[in-house]
Amino acid sequence: MQHRSRRRFLTVAGGVTAAACVTFMVPAARAQMVRTPLNNMPEVIRSLVGTATLNIGKVKLDIPPLVENGHLVPLTVRVDSPMTEANHVKSIHVFTERNPLPEMATFRLGPRAGRAQVTTRVRLADTQNVVAIAQMSDGSYWSDTAFLIVTLAACLEELPA
Amino acid sequence: MANVRIDVPKTAKRGDIIDIKTLAAHGMETGFRRTHLGVPIPRDIITTFVCSYNGIEVFRAELYPSISANPFIQFSTVATESGMLEFKWSGDNGFTATETARIDVT
Repeated sequence: MQHRSRRRFLTVAGGVTAAACVTFMVPAARAQMVRTPLNNMPEVIRSLVGTATLNIGKVKLDIPPLVENGHLVPLTVRVDSPMTEANHVKSIHVFTERNPLPEMATFRLGPRAGRAQVTTRVRLADTQNVVAIAQMSDGSYWSDTAFLIVTLAACLEELPA
Repeated sequence: MANVRIDVPKTAKRGDIIDIKTLAAHGMETGFRRTHLGVPIPRDIITTFVCSYNGIEVFRAELYPSISANPFIQFSTVATESGMLEFKWSGDNGFTATETARIDVT
């Protein structure tokens, strides 16, 4: 009686484990097929920031968390700054992890902008992180990262012949 | 030839922060695509956008292939004085486009 129940337990447990493996392995395998290798975003960010520290905060990257169409994704970057002569945002840089190139856009602004906010529309090749970095007039760097899921990827399709 | 659209308020109070929206008709070919025959399609994008206020540059954007077709850019500037705002797009294959808008500041 005891053996039978142990055997049943093992059968069920084995089945569950096998099922879990299948469920987890299939998406992983598909992701491997679709995803291009990571670009060199960390190195590009490092060369921008140099020896300065990349702080987290002040920047707000506004981008939809779930994107149906990667060809046209609205993206807004806001930076918490008074935008005065003494204290303003000098530049805003946007980077992606999995597009063929890490750079998306660079915006150069100054105290005459009045408000540190820029909106544009971008292409995204894959489910990934997008990073916005702002350089302040005092030389400090601040950043925000957003993770988003892309269902229809841009950049990978071919033109009709 | 190039088709661009801008949205700038006609009048503003001195010191107001005005929102500016710009759109340029351009395919923004990334350079990463291929035809069905496997031939790479060369890159053809707008690389630079500059906004000048009475001749002084107030905003500049450097664009990469990650920017969507028909690049849309929205930014702001402080209405300092009456005058002309000039918008200039330039890019691959000698692409240039210019648009101006007059603003009256009271």
